Amino acid sequence: MDVVVWSRIQFAMTAAYHWLFVPLTLGLALVMAVMETLYVVKKDPFWKKAAQFWIKLFAINFAVGIATGIILEFEFGTNWSNYSWMVGDMFGAPLAIEGILAFFMEATFFAVMFFGWNKVSPKFHLASTWLTGIGATISAYWILVANGWMQNPVGTTFNPDTVRSEMASVAAFWEVISNPVAVSKFCHSVTSGWVTGGIFVVGVSAWYLLKDRHSEFAKKSMLIGAIVGLVGSGAVMLSGDSSGVHAAEFQPMKLAAAEGLEDGGNGAAFTIIPGIKVPKMLSILATHDVNGFVPGINDILNGYTDNEGNVIPSVADKMAMGRQALDALAVYRSAGDPAVKADALAVMNANVQYMGYGHLSAPEEVIPPVGVVFWAFRFMIGLGMLIALVLLLALIAVWKDKLGAWKWLLWAAIVCIPLAYITGQCGWIVAEVGRQPWTIQGLLPVNVAISSLSAGAVKTTFFVFLAVFALFLAIEIRIMVRAIGKGPDVEPSEA
Amino acid sequence: MTYEFLQNYWWVLIALLGGLLVALMFVQGANLQLGNRFLSDTQKRMILNSTGRKWELTFTTLVTFGGAFFASFPLFYSTSFGGAYWVWVLLLITFVFQAVAYEFQNKKGNLLGVKGFRIALMVNGLLAPFLVGTAVGTFFTGSDFTVNKVAITDPSAPVISTWGNGWHGLEALGEYHAVLLGVALMLLAAILGALYVLNNVDDSGIEAQMRRTIKLSIGPFLFFFLCWTVILLVSKGYAVSPDQTVSLEPFKYWHNLLAMPVVLVMLLVGVVLVLYSLYLGAFSKSRKGIWFAMPGTVLVVMSVFFLAGFNGTAYYPSVTDLQSSLTLDNSCSSYFTLKVMACVSLLIPFVVAYIAYAWHQMDRKKITAEEITGEEHKY
Repeated sequence: MDVVVWSRIQFAMTAAYHWLFVPLTLGLALVMAVMETLYVVKKDPFWKKAAQFWIKLFAINFAVGIATGIILEFEFGTNWSNYSWMVGDMFGAPLAIEGILAFFMEATFFAVMFFGWNKVSPKFHLASTWLTGIGATISAYWILVANGWMQNPVGTTFNPDTVRSEMASVAAFWEVISNPVAVSKFCHSVTSGWVTGGIFVVGVSAWYLLKDRHSEFAKKSMLIGAIVGLVGSGAVMLSGDSSGVHAAEFQPMKLAAAEGLEDGGNGAAFTIIPGIKVPKMLSILATHDVNGFVPGINDILNGYTDNEGNVIPSVADKMAMGRQALDALAVYRSAGDPAVKADALAVMNANVQYMGYGHLSAPEEVIPPVGVVFWAFRFMIGLGMLIALVLLLALIAVWKDKLGAWKWLLWAAIVCIPLAYITGQCGWIVAEVGRQPWTIQGLLPVNVAISSLSAGAVKTTFFVFLAVFALFLAIEIRIMVRAIGKGPDVEPSEA
Repeated sequence: MTYEFLQNYWWVLIALLGGLLVALMFVQGANLQLGNRFLSDTQKRMILNSTGRKWELTFTTLVTFGGAFFASFPLFYSTSFGGAYWVWVLLLITFVFQAVAYEFQNKKGNLLGVKGFRIALMVNGLLAPFLVGTAVGTFFTGSDFTVNKVAITDPSAPVISTWGNGWHGLEALGEYHAVLLGVALMLLAAILGALYVLNNVDDSGIEAQMRRTIKLSIGPFLFFFLCWTVILLVSKGYAVSPDQTVSLEPFKYWHNLLAMPVVLVMLLVGVVLVLYSLYLGAFSKSRKGIWFAMPGTVLVVMSVFFLAGFNGTAYYPSVTDLQSSLTLDNSCSSYFTLKVMACVSLLIPFVVAYIAYAWHQMDRKKITAEEITGEEHKY
């Protein structure tokens, strides 16, 4: 395998691993902040102990999230050198803002939250707990602005003098930060974190109930976990719907792959699993119109006319125009004669929107691995709905006092914890594998985005990171399981 | 605001973040005390809990330093990170272990044991300042790379910034001038760490050990730092002419110092503050040395960055191809990006204010042995 493949595997592994820790951080942050608020409002020490228990688990998880986050930041530069030059101007600003606004907030108030119980006033402590979670959430926004821009590169102009995408006006900055793809991605990811945090709390509480330990604590935690998880589930579905519409609009190939749609058309059917289809459903989901046109893989390869009447050229034509743009850029950069330069610039500008296609060697390269994306999409939706159902039943069970009778539900809640992680991973597989071969949609394919390294060097770091990640995961799970086994520090009279 | 003003403004911020990063490496330096055989386990845990409340600030400053460099001078990020691959990967791995070490080390089931994680913290304590110092040292010695932006039009070899050798950054370890700065920084971190612990932990045994560390480190630190400085001032430097041509100029950094009296004053004030803190730490009863050492460090590091990048100097020179050298002008982000970020940077004082407030609230009481053996949350 070459350096492109190893760089991709390494980055995919780091990102996937990072996403094992982030959703729980986002979700538990909300749960523990709600509990501590109850403590401060009701002055009931039970809620303080409850919040402290979840904060303890939060801290175990938080450390690895931080450790893997910095690897991602570094890997942009170490393994994707061309990419970081090409996007630095667009991507750097969100990243710098993330650092200034979010990371310091998280780091500072995490320390107060963790160590400050007897050092600061209860209100300042409560504020710190909320600010830790808010910091994590703001951080998610800025990094997803960056990711959203890679999926839908708005507000950018290619500058042949610097050879990169640039933010050409302050208005472009607003376009970048209000990118609809970024906004729905943010809502989808953060609220999916609430689902993960919610089902985690419900599942852990279910385990205590099955073991007949800390029953009062478990019931009260389950109630809050179920509410947080259900609110998250609802929001995930809504933002998932808009993500689908955005994919149809900005990344039709991703949608075609997720649907396994070879040939599209008007009033396209939605495939639940191969062989079972809902007529017209795909058109409704993708275009919010029963008869909307949804292009299939072949339509995109061969060219088609979209719902606004725009003629989309075939991939082969885009490649030819992209190559013209790249050749013109080379001439522009080397020519001394101003007239030759001006001509080259005109040719480049006429074809610049397809410049990325000029790097491809065959039209089929624009097709992502369909099977992976198709099934990841189905697992995401199926498991997500299952988890929402379990959360709903858990809420009902707490409400109607059926927890003793519904033992199967307690087991289901425990099983749903790993399923929530699989669901999140599937979501990112759809989003990221689904946009292959692009690091930046239409502008920069993976094979041009790399650093000038040998495959062996990246292979070495891949295995080093793999070993480190495996070690940390093993430690994290062992410590987490022990902490859960030990249970909350609530007095028998309180529990 | 002109483009040039914004470039300079962002270089000042990068220098400031770099200075804060080095000053905050007291965390790394203090963790070296985990290997001090004259300290008891409780004393080590007191130190650990003291740095354990600050390490995230250092870590976050590193992340922000990286992020701000990426945002304002992306060609440095793509050239140095992708080129000096092993240096950055090594630095990264030591920080990754550090990030989990606090939380994991005293927990049962952590696989590596207390000792394993303490070793990881000490490795980070040695390597992090050393590697950062050596990397900054290459700002003056130059590195082996070429930048060819038209490469991106060539499908067979599309990478713009390419490194000239297979060592990918490790060759800097053979560059004695850069290594001098690396060692100086490592010793400085150890001193800052001792000064910080002196101020933050209330224990007479620890106090004696910290003063001993400082006494032992003063000589070597001053030696390495002075050697580096003297060699720097008599070396050739990488000058950029107004038409952006890069050439070697004898005594370039000495000339920079004379041409920028403000930088000279910053450097001198910084050095005096650090020296005064060394006096307080080693030869007086005062525990306040850290309050002079940190601002002093920030001033010295900032003046080093200014010498590297201002007054028509290429801050990341290429020894392979002089014209590939990175200057503030040829490596920075676009006008609008710098402008937008400059507006965002106005929030920095606000961020500093809440950090200072939270820090003050948490540190009103010094760490004592009772706290470490008591009921509170701790590492």
